[in-house]
Amino acid sequence: MFKSSGGERVMEIINNIVLLLIAVTMLFPFLYIFSVSFSSVSDVLNSDFLLWPKEWVTDAYSYILGSDQFIRSLGVTVYITVVGTFVNLVFTSTMAYSLTRNIIGQRLILFLVLFTILFSAGMIPTYIIVKETGLLNSLWALIIPVAISPFNLIIMTQFFKGIPEELTEAAIIDGANDIQIFTKVILPLSKPALAAFGLFYAVGHWNSYFSGVLYLNDPSKWPIQVILRQIVIVNEPNAALGGHAAMLEALPPPETVQMAAILLATLPILIVYPFLQKHFAKGVMLGSVKG
Amino acid sequence: MKLKVKKIDPLDSPLAVSNNIPIKRKKNSLKSKLWRDRYLLLLIFPGVLYFLIYRYIPMAGILLAFKDYSPFRGFAESPWVGLKYFKLIFEDAEVIQVIWNTLQISMLQIFFAFPISIVLALMLNEIRNQVYKRFLQSIVYLPHFLSWVVVVGITVIFLRSEGLINGVLVNFLDLNPIPFLTDPTLFKPIVILQVIWKESGWGTILFLAALSGISPHLYEAAVIDGASRLRQMWHITLPALKSTIVILLILRLGNVMDSGFEQIFLMLNPFNMETGNVLDTYVYFKGIQQANFSFATAVGLFKGIIGLILVVLANRLAKKFGEDGLY
Repeated sequence: MFKSSGGERVMEIINNIVLLLIAVTMLFPFLYIFSVSFSSVSDVLNSDFLLWPKEWVTDAYSYILGSDQFIRSLGVTVYITVVGTFVNLVFTSTMAYSLTRNIIGQRLILFLVLFTILFSAGMIPTYIIVKETGLLNSLWALIIPVAISPFNLIIMTQFFKGIPEELTEAAIIDGANDIQIFTKVILPLSKPALAAFGLFYAVGHWNSYFSGVLYLNDPSKWPIQVILRQIVIVNEPNAALGGHAAMLEALPPPETVQMAAILLATLPILIVYPFLQKHFAKGVMLGSVKG
Repeated sequence: MKLKVKKIDPLDSPLAVSNNIPIKRKKNSLKSKLWRDRYLLLLIFPGVLYFLIYRYIPMAGILLAFKDYSPFRGFAESPWVGLKYFKLIFEDAEVIQVIWNTLQISMLQIFFAFPISIVLALMLNEIRNQVYKRFLQSIVYLPHFLSWVVVVGITVIFLRSEGLINGVLVNFLDLNPIPFLTDPTLFKPIVILQVIWKESGWGTILFLAALSGISPHLYEAAVIDGASRLRQMWHITLPALKSTIVILLILRLGNVMDSGFEQIFLMLNPFNMETGNVLDTYVYFKGIQQANFSFATAVGLFKGIIGLILVVLANRLAKKFGEDGLY
C-alpha cells in the first residue's frame, strides 16, 4: 500500500481502538449475562461486577429446564420455525420462479407484490382476516399470514433470473413440463440460496413475539418469546415458569433465572449464526441489485 | 433409417412451452395462453392466493374505517359513517400526541442511527487487515439477529433499579439511582440507543458492498495528485455511497410512521405511555384491547397513506437531484 504520513497513522490507530470499543459494547452484555446465569446466590448478591463466575452453579438452568411451560413453549417455537420455514420456502420459491417466466399477468402481479411493500392494510383489517379464516388461537396464525415476505420474493426472483436460460431450454427439449423444470432443474441448482432464505425466515419465526400475543389466547400455545418477556421484562420468572417451585428447596435467584432464560432462548440463533453469516452478505447484495 | 415426421402445431410443440422462445402465431387467444401456462399457473397459485387473502382483502377491510363496525353485526350490517373517525383523529389530543411521538422517534432514528451506519462502514473500510475486519464485522452484525424481547430484556436487566448501571451509579460514583425505565423523558433516548446497538452494524452491509465496488485506481490517482486520506474519503468514497444513501433514505422515509412496533410495545409501561405510545401501539390498544375497530382502522389507514405519500415524494425528490430513485 501507500506510505502514510504520521497524522494518518494516528488516525488509523484511533480508528482501530474505537472499533474495538464498539465490538466490546456489543459483546459485553452477553458476557455479563453468561457469567451471572452460572453464578451462585452469594456471588450475585455480593458483587456488582461479575465478568466470570467465581464458582459454577447450574441451578438456574435445571430450574428452567424442569419447567413444563418453558419446554412446551420451546416446542411450540421449534414447530412454528420448522413448519413455518417450510411453508415460506414452498410459497416463495414457486411464486418467484413463475414470475421469472413470462407468465400471464406477470407485470400486474409484480406490481401488486411491490405495492404491498409500500402500503399495507394495517393491523386491524389483517387481524379480522386472520380471525375470519379461522386461524385465531391456532399455531397456523403465526405461519400462514406471513407465508411470503414480499422482499424475499423479489430477491428470490432476481436469483432465479440469474440461472442460465439454456438449462430450461434443454429441459424443454427433453420434454419436461414447467413443474418438472422447477423441481428437477431449478431447485437443485438453488440449494445454497434456498438454505440462505430458509435461515432468514427461520430466524424471523424464532424471534417473532407479537403475533403470538395478538393471535394466541391460550397460554399453552405461547411461543418462547412470549414466555421470555414474562420472565425477564415483566419480571415474574416463577409465575411464567409454571410455579413448580415447590419441588425445589430453595429457588435460584431470579436474576440468574432471567439471564439463563435469555441465553437458552438465544442459543439456537448463536448456533446458526456462522451459517447465516456465510450467506447474508450475498443475500442482501442480491437484493440491492435493482431489477 | 426412417424418420417419422409428425406435423406439429407450434403451440403444442415442446419449444412453445418455453415462454422465453417467442413463436409467432396469429391467434394467440387468452385461452391458449392459459393452456400454455397451465403448469406455471399451478405453481404460482398458492402465492397469488396468499397475496389476495392476507394482503389485498385486508386492504378492502380498510372500508371499516368508514363504517361503525361491530363484530356482532358483521361487516355488511354495520352502518356507513363517512369520515367520522378521521375527524376524531384530529380532535383527539391523545392521537396528536401519539403522532408526534411517532414522528419524533423516527426522525431521531434518521438523524442518529442512520449516519452511524455510514460512519461505521467507513471506519470498517479503513481496516487493512482482512481477518480483523471480518472478525469485527461478525460481531457488529450479531445483534441484528436477536429478538426484540431479548434486546429489551437485556436493557431491563442493565437499567432497572437493582441493575448493573444503577449499581455502578450508587456504589462507585455515589450518585442517586436513575429510574431509566419509568422516566418518561428517557424513553426516546433509550429506544434510539437500542436501535443503534441492534441495527447500526447490520446497516453497514449495503454501504460496505458499495465501497468494495470502488475501483482502487481512483485512490491511486488521488494519491498521485497528493490527496490525503480525508480528501480521498470526501471526493471518492462518499460520492460512491451517494446512491445507496439516497435509496435507503427513501425507504426509511416511507416508514417514518412506523417506529418499530415490537420494540416500543415491549418498552412501554404505565409510566412512560405519554412519551412512548406510537401509532402502531395505539392502534393495538384501541383496536384489539378496547375493540374500537373502526377508529383503530382509521388511524392505521391514516398512517399507511402518509407513508405512501412520503415514499412517492422522496422518490420524486431523488429523481430531481439526478438519482435513480426506487422505481
